[in-house]
Amino acid sequence: MNLYEAPDAPAANTAASTSTASVATVSDFVTDGSDSAGSTAAGSTAAGSTAAGSTAATARFGKITAEQISIHLGQGKAAFEAVQAVDFAIAPGEFVCILGPSGCGKSTLLGALAGHITPSSGQLKLDDQTINGPSPERGMVFQHHTLFPWRSTLDNVAFGLKMRGMGKQERMAQATEMLKLVGLEDSAERWPSQLSGGMQQRVEIARVLINKPRLLLMDEPFGALDAQTRMKMQELLLSIWSRIRTTVVFVTHDIDEALFLADRILVMSPRPGRIIEDLPVNFPRPRRTELVTTAAFMQLKRHCLELLNHEEGRQLPRLSPLGLAEDAQPRLRCEIS
Amino acid sequence: MAQLKVPNTISPAQWQSLVLQLASISACLIFWQIASTQKWDLGLVTFNNVPTPAAVIDAAWKLISSNALWPHLSSSLTRVFSGYLAAALVGIGLGLAIGRSNRAENVLMPPLELLRPIPAVAWIPLAILMFPSSEASMIFITFTGALFPILLNTVHGVEAVDPRLIASARSLGASPSAILREVILPGATPSIITGLSIGMGTSWFCLVTAEMISGQWGIGYYTWASYVIQNYADIVVGMLLIGLLGMGSSWLIKRFGNLLTPWYRLQGKTR
Repeated sequence: MNLYEAPDAPAANTAASTSTASVATVSDFVTDGSDSAGSTAAGSTAAGSTAAGSTAATARFGKITAEQISIHLGQGKAAFEAVQAVDFAIAPGEFVCILGPSGCGKSTLLGALAGHITPSSGQLKLDDQTINGPSPERGMVFQHHTLFPWRSTLDNVAFGLKMRGMGKQERMAQATEMLKLVGLEDSAERWPSQLSGGMQQRVEIARVLINKPRLLLMDEPFGALDAQTRMKMQELLLSIWSRIRTTVVFVTHDIDEALFLADRILVMSPRPGRIIEDLPVNFPRPRRTELVTTAAFMQLKRHCLELLNHEEGRQLPRLSPLGLAEDAQPRLRCEIS
Repeated sequence: MAQLKVPNTISPAQWQSLVLQLASISACLIFWQIASTQKWDLGLVTFNNVPTPAAVIDAAWKLISSNALWPHLSSSLTRVFSGYLAAALVGIGLGLAIGRSNRAENVLMPPLELLRPIPAVAWIPLAILMFPSSEASMIFITFTGALFPILLNTVHGVEAVDPRLIASARSLGASPSAILREVILPGATPSIITGLSIGMGTSWFCLVTAEMISGQWGIGYYTWASYVIQNYADIVVGMLLIGLLGMGSSWLIKRFGNLLTPWYRLQGKTR
């Protein structure tokens, strides 16, 4: 499985050699909460074993509980309820996709988890602590990269460590390790604008993961990439997640993507956003691209399509994790797939 | 950064633009020479009393050999740069505050908008009354010239910083002061540099006005005094000197800006 050989990284290493090189540091990232057995398991997974199931690396932190979350956006007469009385719980280390049509409030919910949006009512907790403003414990990856154009790739990755007051040498060393994990160590000195879309998102993921977050929030992170790069990125993300076991909440409107990645899919209805189904996805891991053509996959996909189709045709403005999107324009129809 | 080295050799494209630039200046000189020696009268505009290039060169040579050039230059440079530096500090400082805070915008913008359209020449009497020395009042006038372009471009630059970058920085653990230092300031830098570059020009622009107050030295004073005593060739010498110095210092600001924003140059001109 040549996860690192995305089309835009000609000089990428093979997965095996990179993994072996980074075993020690990668387990560092895992051990924050896990016992020694956990880090050993992470090590063996990283060394190229095929058993990357959800038991390989365990996470102790990253439990999410949401009780009766409602979120209102807009002001005055334009105010509306984007998310309505949503309840869910996510276990530590679980990979959950939130699936729903454009404008259904799934990104808004993600913004609330990140701390950029305050729910108007309800309890939203990470490890029994109420979420109150953004924090490096809850890393966020947007659809379009938010790398600082004035910082080199390496400096971007090291940003979180710099904010923590870590010395230059140490943070550069850690950032270099992190870049290796996403297969971009050769691009350390380049400006973000010199990277392709897929590479930019990989740097973005590295920049978030260097903070050892309990929770990784992703808002359609591969939505702007071409189909082939997107599949490579999905495989890469699963490979990283099998080694750095953190809770992932991944927002998408792409059914294939959700089914391929998730342990569980929360399906949301159009506005006001409610969770209409909590769908477990039990395909064995590690998952390969071939999975998407199997009969079991198709069956689940058909089920999701029916769920999403049901309120098709309503016009909704686009929402973002920061509230209303600036280029808010109603779509002609809800986008699915 | 290895890939950002400036090539040492001049490419054919660069030669072409250099030749074009020189040809453009030569064309202007040739037009001036012909128009002034032939004493063209085009109805709307007449070259009857315009000194010829030869007369101007003669006057310039007289100025250079008279030992008066350096005192003129140094007093003007000191005034322009003092006013300009003060304007840069105040403009960038206020611009950051106005761009970041609605309250600062409400408090500061109305008086500034009121002062902005007032031309430098209208400030002369008040400047003389307000400042103890004529030197300080001259610096104040070059300051007013440079302040507004710097201020407005800073505000614009700060407001144009992508809110997603700020959100990301907060999610990565940046404090408010770190956001200002690491995100707002670098994000606004290209726009601030544009303001600094325009401000440099307008600062020189106000020099003649400022040095009307002056008693003895300064390029602006020299130009103004030549007009008063009807020494037309000297006026052109003064004008050209101001043009040259203004162009030179704008170029310096641009180079300085490029050094500060190596990531920005990559974009280049879109065609």
